[in-house]
Amino acid sequence: MTQLNIKREALRKPNQKKRKSCPFSDPNAPAIDYKDLKVLTRYVSERGKIIPSRISAVSAKKQRELSKAIKRARFLALMPYVVG
Amino acid sequence: MALYESVIIGRQDLTPNQFEELVEGFTKIIEDFKGVIKKRESWGLRNLAYKINKNRKGHYILLNIDSSSDAIAEYERLMRLNEDIIRFLTIRINSIDEKPSPLMNNKSDRSRNELVNTEAVKITNEEV
Repeated sequence: MTQLNIKREALRKPNQKKRKSCPFSDPNAPAIDYKDLKVLTRYVSERGKIIPSRISAVSAKKQRELSKAIKRARFLALMPYVVG
Repeated sequence: MALYESVIIGRQDLTPNQFEELVEGFTKIIEDFKGVIKKRESWGLRNLAYKINKNRKGHYILLNIDSSSDAIAEYERLMRLNEDIIRFLTIRINSIDEKPSPLMNNKSDRSRNELVNTEAVKITNEEV
């Protein structure tokens, strides 16, 4: 394992950035809650669409939770389904 | 007995008192089934993100309930029949969060959000 890691490290071009880690997997990250609009609005586009995890770097597990929370907030008219 | 979290939205033309009474009626049903209302949080009259049955605003209330599923079934059935309730959501939860929910914080925050929203609308309109 370690050997492989070292190899990968060596392969990476010097200016290539390390992949961002999931913003919700940190121990003091905010909990995903359908009532917390401040957090949820950060993960929707201007149009009101949910931002794909490949762009926001949210892990698959957290993205499922996040999308559920956004959908709940939409149902309760706390967030729009579409903007404009 | 299980824990539930329920948000109820009432019609905009109700007075805050009428809405309180209405919610009182629903909490009584839970109590008749020997359930307990653990937490109650009124979010007041909020703007809806989109129109629901011609309502632009709604009275929001959040309840945390410890009751049987039968009580919840009856409580939801009656809400479905009541025309003053425009929407409700009840979900199972594992634990009650004692802290006030983020929506409770302050009204200044809310008005700021509205400002941002209207600006966003202007921008999209210009794009169109």
